[in-house]
Amino acid sequence: METAVKEYTYKDFASDQEVRWCPGCDDYVILRSVQKALPEIGVNKENIVFISGIGCSSRFPYYMDTYGMHGIHGRATAIASGVKLANPGLSVWVITGDGDSMAIGGNHFIHVLRRNLDLNIILFNNEIYGLTKGQFSPTSLVGQKTKSSPYGNTQPPFSAGELALGAQARFFARIGGNTPKEMTDIFIASEKYKGTALVEVLQNCPIFNDGCFTKYTDKAVREDRQLFVEHGKPMIFGKEKNKGLILKGLRLEVVTIGEDGIEETDILIHDAKEQDPTLHQMLVRLEYPMVTGIIRSYEDVTFEEREDALTVQVKSDSAFRKTKDLFFSGDIYEIK
Amino acid sequence: MDINTETPQEILEAVIIRFVGDSGDGMQLTGTQFSDTSAMFGNDVATFPNYPAEIRAPQGSLYGVSGYQVHIGSVEISTPGDEVDLLVAMNPAGLKTNLHAVKPGHTIIVDTDAFTKKNLEKALYESNPLEDNSLENYRVIEVAMTSLTKEALKDVQGLDNKAITRSKNMFALGMVYWMYHRSTDHTIDFFKKKFKNKPEIIEANTKVLNAGYFFAETLELIPNAYTISPAKMPAGTYRIIMGNTATAWGFLAAAEKSGMELFLGSYPITPASDILHELVKHKHFGVKTLQAEDEIAGITSAIGASFAGDLAITTTSGPGLALKGEALGLAMMIELPLVVVDVQRGGPSTGLPTKTEQSDLLQAMYGRNGESPVIVIAASTPANCFNSAYEAAKLTLEHMTPVILLTDGYIANGSAPWKIQTVDEMPEINNMRLTEAKEDYHPYEREKDSLARYWAVPGTPGLEHRVGGLEKDKVTGNVSYVPENHEYMTRIRAEKIKRVQNYIPDQEVEFAQSGDLLVVGWGGTYGSLHTAVKHLNEEGYGNIGLAHFHYLNPMPKNTEEVLRNFKKIIVCELNTGQFVKVLKSNFNNHEFLQYNKIQGLPFSNNELKEKFKQILS
Repeated sequence: METAVKEYTYKDFASDQEVRWCPGCDDYVILRSVQKALPEIGVNKENIVFISGIGCSSRFPYYMDTYGMHGIHGRATAIASGVKLANPGLSVWVITGDGDSMAIGGNHFIHVLRRNLDLNIILFNNEIYGLTKGQFSPTSLVGQKTKSSPYGNTQPPFSAGELALGAQARFFARIGGNTPKEMTDIFIASEKYKGTALVEVLQNCPIFNDGCFTKYTDKAVREDRQLFVEHGKPMIFGKEKNKGLILKGLRLEVVTIGEDGIEETDILIHDAKEQDPTLHQMLVRLEYPMVTGIIRSYEDVTFEEREDALTVQVKSDSAFRKTKDLFFSGDIYEIK
Repeated sequence: MDINTETPQEILEAVIIRFVGDSGDGMQLTGTQFSDTSAMFGNDVATFPNYPAEIRAPQGSLYGVSGYQVHIGSVEISTPGDEVDLLVAMNPAGLKTNLHAVKPGHTIIVDTDAFTKKNLEKALYESNPLEDNSLENYRVIEVAMTSLTKEALKDVQGLDNKAITRSKNMFALGMVYWMYHRSTDHTIDFFKKKFKNKPEIIEANTKVLNAGYFFAETLELIPNAYTISPAKMPAGTYRIIMGNTATAWGFLAAAEKSGMELFLGSYPITPASDILHELVKHKHFGVKTLQAEDEIAGITSAIGASFAGDLAITTTSGPGLALKGEALGLAMMIELPLVVVDVQRGGPSTGLPTKTEQSDLLQAMYGRNGESPVIVIAASTPANCFNSAYEAAKLTLEHMTPVILLTDGYIANGSAPWKIQTVDEMPEINNMRLTEAKEDYHPYEREKDSLARYWAVPGTPGLEHRVGGLEKDKVTGNVSYVPENHEYMTRIRAEKIKRVQNYIPDQEVEFAQSGDLLVVGWGGTYGSLHTAVKHLNEEGYGNIGLAHFHYLNPMPKNTEEVLRNFKKIIVCELNTGQFVKVLKSNFNNHEFLQYNKIQGLPFSNNELKEKFKQILS
C-alpha cells in the first residue's frame, strides 16, 4: 500500500527531550541540519530510524522524533545493518563518533562500507573522546596533549576518508561543522544515494579540543583553506576563486589561475562518480586545501539488492513453500 | 539387492558399533550411512561422532583419529552407548585409541594393509598388535581392505589411485551391512544422488560396497550374522535428524507459525556453524541470514532486526557467548525478543572445540554486567532441539525478553530418529506487536500479567519512540537517573522473568515419583541419565526418580515439591557443578550430592550406575 508522503518542517522531527550537549558544540548544528534535511527526502517519519553507538554524538536519537535506538559502543553500524536487512523500506541513519566508529567499532565500520547496504552514516569527528572527558582518539594528532597523553599523543591518526575509501566506501563526503546549509544539502544527497553513504563532519568540541579545525573552518580563512568540491565542476577555491588543483605526476598541486600560464581550463574537473578511487584518495589526504563536499559518489549494486536477487532466484527454483515440504523431503520412513 | 537369508541369524536387542580411522578416511560418512539405513529399517538409533579439531591431521597419527559410534536397537535407545560390540579400525592409530572401548570377547575388524611399519610407529606400537597376541581376548577379523578395494576397482575407468584408496570405507561398510543383516539399497541410492554427475564414482563406490558385503558372506571368519528387529516406536513418519538441523528447523517452524520473518546474525564457530549452514539454505521461506564480521555484529545485527520487527536469533558457542555479553545486556535492557543459541563445547577459553561440555550455564545465567536476568532453557536430545528452538522463539516473542537456548556438541552433532512434527501440531505463538497508533502510547507500558512491554515497530505511524541502553523511565522510556526508578526497573525486569513460571509446565519426574534417590540433570545428558535410571529401576535398586530440567531460568514452580519427595538428591553435570550451585542458592534446605565429569565426553551408562548404586547402598 502506497502512503502519501506527508509534508513536514524541521520542527516535526524534534522530540520532546531537552538537548543536553555543551553550549557552543557543533552537535547542535548537525542536529538542526539533519532536521532540516529530513523534510526534503520524501520519507514519512515512521519510516525513519536513527541508530547510534556511545559517546556525545550518540545521544542524537533521543532528540529526534523518529524511531531510534541508542545502542552500545561501536556497534551502531551492525545494529543498523540488521534494521535495514529486516525492513529495506526504512531510511536508516547511523550516528557515530571518531572513537565509536574507528576504535571500538572499527571492525563493523570497515565491513559495513565493504557490504554497501543503503545506510546513511554521520561521523562526528572531533579528534577527541568527549563523553569520557578528554582522552585522545584514533583521529587525534601525534603530539596532541590530552588527559591520557599528558606528554603528547604517540599514536599516528587515521584519516576517516582514507580508511573509508580503503574499505571500499562508494560515497564519502566531508563537511565543516559550522556550515549548516552545505551540511543539509549533503545529508539530502546522502539519503538519496543508494548504498552506504558516509558523511564526516569536522565537529568542534569546545570543551576538550576547542579549535581543532579552526585553521580550515574559521570564517576568515574558510574560503582560502577549504576546497568545496562539486561533481562536474572545476576544483577551484579561494576568496578570489583563483586557486585550483592540477595533477602533476602522482601528486595534486595547488596552482593560481593567471600565473605561470595556468588557465581555468587546466584545473581538474571533479568526478565523484568515477569507479577508480585513486583521485578521491588523493583528495581526502590533502591538508591544503582541506577538501570538503561530496568527494566520492560511485553508484554500485547494494548488498540488499544482491540478497534480494538471490532470494527471488532461490524462491523460484525451490519446491519448498511451507516447512512441511522440507520436513517430509528426502529420507523419511514410516513406523507402523 | 537381496539380503542374506541362509546364514544362521542371531537375534540381538541392541548393538553398538564404532567406525574409526584417519580424519580423511570417511568414517563420519560410513557411520551416517549405517545409522540411516538402520533407522529406515525401523531400529531406534543414537549416534556419536567424535572427531579431531584438525581438518586433516597428519595421516596415521593418534590425534588424527576420527570416529563415529552408532547404537541401534529393537528397544528404546537413548544414548550412543558406552562399550562397543564391534570396532572397525581402518588403521593402527584407530585401534590403539579405541581398543579400550571394545567389550572383551567382541569383534574387531581391521584393515591389515594399513598395519605397515610406518603406521605402527606413528601409532606408537612397539610391535604389531595383530601378531603379538595382545588382542587374544577379542575376535579379530583381519581383512586386507585396501588391496581388496583395489582389486574390486581394477576394471573401473577414470579413477586415480587416491580415489580408489578412499573408497575402502565402503568395503568396511559393506561387511558390516552383511553382518547386521542390512540392505545396501539406501547407500547405493545415496551415491546416485550425491555423485549425480560422476558416474564413475557411483560405479566405484557401489562395486566396493558390494565387494565388502559378499566378502563378509563368504568369509569363514565371520560365523554368523545378527538381526536387530525393528523397535516399537510410536507410529508415524520419521527421519533421522542431527541436533543442529533440528534447532534450525525449530526456528523455521516458529517463524511460519508466528507469521514472522526469521533473521539470523551469526559468526562461524564450532560446533554451532551447522545451524547457520542449514538456515542459509532456506531463503525460499524468507529466511534472512547475515554472516557477520564477528560475534558482536552477529548479535547486534539480530538486535537491529528485532527492533525492526523480525523474529531474530543469533547462534554461537561458549567463547562467542562471552563476546556477545554486552549486547545481550542491551537486548535485555530494551526488552526486545531475541534468541541466543549456545551450542556448548569444552571450555574455558578456546578449550576443546569439538568436544562436549555443560560449562556455560553460569555464563548464560549471570555472564553480563549489571542485573540482567534472561530466560535460559536447555535442549535434551537431538530431536528435542526442534521443540526447544520453537519454544525459545515462543517465549521470546510472548515475554519480550532475550532467551538463551543451551544445547551442546554432543546433541548438536548426534543424530536420532525424529517423528516429524508439522507447524499445525505446534502450540500457538502470540506476540506483543502493536499494529496501529494508540492514544498515549508509552514504550514501557506492560501487559499486567506477564509484564511484557508492547512492541512498536518502525513503519508504524504514530508510535515513533526511542530505546537504548541507558536506564529509562518506567513508563515513557525516556532516560532517567531517578534513583527510585532504577530500583523499580531493576526489580521489574527480574519479576518479568520470574513470572515466566506462570506460563511453563511443571517439572516432571520420570520413574519413581518419590523414594530413595532423585537424579537431577539438565540439557544434553538426558539420554545417559534416563538410561541409567531406567536400568537401576529395572534391576530393583530402589525407588529412583529422574528430574531432568529443561527450564533453567526460571525453574518450574513445583521444583521444591519435586526435590522434597526423595531422601537423597544427586545432581549430574558435565562441569564441576554449575546447576547444583543454582539449586543450592534457591533451595538451601536440601542437601545435594554431585556427580561431575569434565573430560569433553558424555556420561557413560556404567559410571552413572556405579555412582548411583554406591549412594543407594
